[in-house]
Amino acid sequence: MDHFARLGLPAALDLEPASLDKAYFALQRQWHPDRFVARPAEERAKASAEAAALNDAYRTLKYPLSRAIYLAQLKGVELPGDGKTIDDPELLMEVMDAREELHEATSVAEVDSLARFAREDLQKALAELPRLFLANDKPAIRKALLRLRYLDKFAEEARARRANIERGKV
Amino acid sequence: MTLLDIHEPGETPLPHAGEGTLAVGIDLGTTNSVVAIAREGKPAALHDEGGRALVPSVVAYPASGGVIVGDEARLLMAKEPRNVVASVKRLMGRGAADLHAVAGVLPYEIEAGTGQTDMVKLRIGGKPRSPVEISAEILRALRTRAEAALEKPVERAVITVPAYFDDAARTATRDAARVAGLEVLRLVNEPTAAALAYGLDKGSEGLYAVYDLGGGTFDFSLLRLEKGVFQVLATGGDTALGGDDFDRTIAERMLAERKKDGLGNAIDEAAVKTALALARQMKEQLSERDQTSGRLEIAGVPSFHALTRTEFDSMIAAYVARTLEIARHVLADAGMKADEIHGIVLVGGSTRVPLVRTEVAELAGKPPLVDIDPDEVVALGAALQAEALTGGSDTLLLDVTPLSLGLETMGGLVEKVVPRNTPIPVQLAQEFTTYQDGQSAMAIHVVQGEREMVDDCRSLARFELLGIPPMTAGAARIRVTFAVDADGLLTVSAEERTTGVQQRIEVKPSYGLSHDDMADMLYDSLENAEDDMARRLLAEAKVEAKRNLLAIDAALAKDGALLTAGERGELDAARARVGKAVEGTDRDEINAAAEALETLSKPFAEKRMDRGIREALSGLSVQDLEGRVGN
Repeated sequence: MDHFARLGLPAALDLEPASLDKAYFALQRQWHPDRFVARPAEERAKASAEAAALNDAYRTLKYPLSRAIYLAQLKGVELPGDGKTIDDPELLMEVMDAREELHEATSVAEVDSLARFAREDLQKALAELPRLFLANDKPAIRKALLRLRYLDKFAEEARARRANIERGKV
Repeated sequence: MTLLDIHEPGETPLPHAGEGTLAVGIDLGTTNSVVAIAREGKPAALHDEGGRALVPSVVAYPASGGVIVGDEARLLMAKEPRNVVASVKRLMGRGAADLHAVAGVLPYEIEAGTGQTDMVKLRIGGKPRSPVEISAEILRALRTRAEAALEKPVERAVITVPAYFDDAARTATRDAARVAGLEVLRLVNEPTAAALAYGLDKGSEGLYAVYDLGGGTFDFSLLRLEKGVFQVLATGGDTALGGDDFDRTIAERMLAERKKDGLGNAIDEAAVKTALALARQMKEQLSERDQTSGRLEIAGVPSFHALTRTEFDSMIAAYVARTLEIARHVLADAGMKADEIHGIVLVGGSTRVPLVRTEVAELAGKPPLVDIDPDEVVALGAALQAEALTGGSDTLLLDVTPLSLGLETMGGLVEKVVPRNTPIPVQLAQEFTTYQDGQSAMAIHVVQGEREMVDDCRSLARFELLGIPPMTAGAARIRVTFAVDADGLLTVSAEERTTGVQQRIEVKPSYGLSHDDMADMLYDSLENAEDDMARRLLAEAKVEAKRNLLAIDAALAKDGALLTAGERGELDAARARVGKAVEGTDRDEINAAAEALETLSKPFAEKRMDRGIREALSGLSVQDLEGRVGN
């Protein structure tokens, strides 16, 4: 069963956080191991497996990027594993330039401004996705998701850089 | 006590009401422990005859025989120091390697463990005793207290643990309960329990933060409360930060003052303990007034020390700032901002310090919630959860893993399988493959922590997946599954997918981490992410280069005859350069050498491909060809 079906939601890019929460909480009320403490081992094991699957589904669908990647994979778009080499030369250049800029930033303000640009880019790229999904343009979806994944990672690296600057480690 | 249970129409009777045993909530603390019970959603701490709820977590094995727990045990401390243990919680799940760090803190003779686990033992009352046994005595005393107060047998409990307790410490806590004859219904994280106590009391909704500063540890958790659902969004902390640090700064200042006055020559361990005890008193007084003073007597020589709250505040400012920094990171992990916090709950005795309260209020932009006694709030929440688990309730507690769980991959890197703050229970799998042709076994090394390199994370377990059938490198598909149950305990299994060879292991921790490593591991992922990135890139470059070397070697062994002596010489030189580079730490050199080798080997690869095609076309069998190449 795919994550959308498990939560009884339509397999779509656009998902209201409130309706996801509602579906998730209702099913966890039914399956969470806390509800099965006094039940036989078999039932406990089943509940635990069900609750674990729900948690996996929830976690995947909660964030727009992981949801988009998951949906793309359901549609047959193949993405390289996380952390693997980037095979798009254009993106590679962008990544290298951005990393260098981040590495050269020595003030919180500089890092914040880089992070802000990355976030804006991320939002823009996310906003582009529905159109690509609608057109079912798989190569374009793949390209967009790889870039989004990088932008997301960059935001995390910016956070690390910021923490280091604040602690005077740079 | 009720003799007959009468239920309102429509109300379900408790499923276990007939069994006559009750489920309690226990806060098994480092300094003090508390047991509580909840009935119909109303929790209460259980008191002794003297009206005290707190049981000092001190165990004595007096020379006269028997075991004493609590206040009386503490009184024995001065008289029979070798027979009394305090703060044993710090040793739960700790191994021999952790010892040097606690040696100065805990004045006990400590022995490395033997046999199945290497958890430490303490030589107390002339016998080696494990932290599990000693904790079990505390739990037994709490159980006795509960049975006396409730006049019913108590056999089940919810026990709280710091959110940041790792797998080893959680397992040890569960074992201690078992030794004390208690069935653990659930291990609940302390901050979560505290939120439960507040949330149920007030029917609150929205984003809540729990700031838990105890004697030796700090936890910060963010929860969302919604219609009886307690959803932990993120948690973080430091296992080596707490009120003890405040005491130490005061004690150090007093000892420095003595030294300045020429009284500093006779400072031994006992003197430090005396100074710490006085420091603690002064700290507590400064929660009530603006200044205090103390008289410190070491080796019969007294000295007098004054301390104002302003001075004290500046002495502890760095520690408090560190807690706020952790809090901000947890907020960022949850994707929330401080001004979205609806209420902030204070837990732990150290939150009585006024500076802590003002700083926390400033972070959240509102006064913290303090109407439940910070020493009791965790036990009260645990009692509510115990009632919910046995009696059924509408409350739902959704907790998360505090630390990432992963596996060692090539080059000493960590591949995270379960990231921190993943809701539990959870089962996640990742596929790995073999590194060498014909590899028949794969070592699985399970680690916990946020860093990118294995050496910086805590090692939880090692096992080996055997019996992988011979395949070329990269063909095997080894699926490693991590399952974390609702108590936060981990099971790991591995399976080779093409053949179904399977192995499963309950993680029995290897306890090999020093206290300092532990403290570092817990919340420094962010601060070290940059260094880690550089190390990761280096490790990846090495792995890639070594992989290329193996491939070249295999090709040379098979088709070396295709090369002229000159070509072979050049290739060997390029090969040697890569071999040398991977032993070093210069990533640019590794990459340059690898690239040079790749360029040089291209014609060779083309020749091999050409021949492969010719041979395929010539219709000879593979064996024939192999035989010919061999000659």
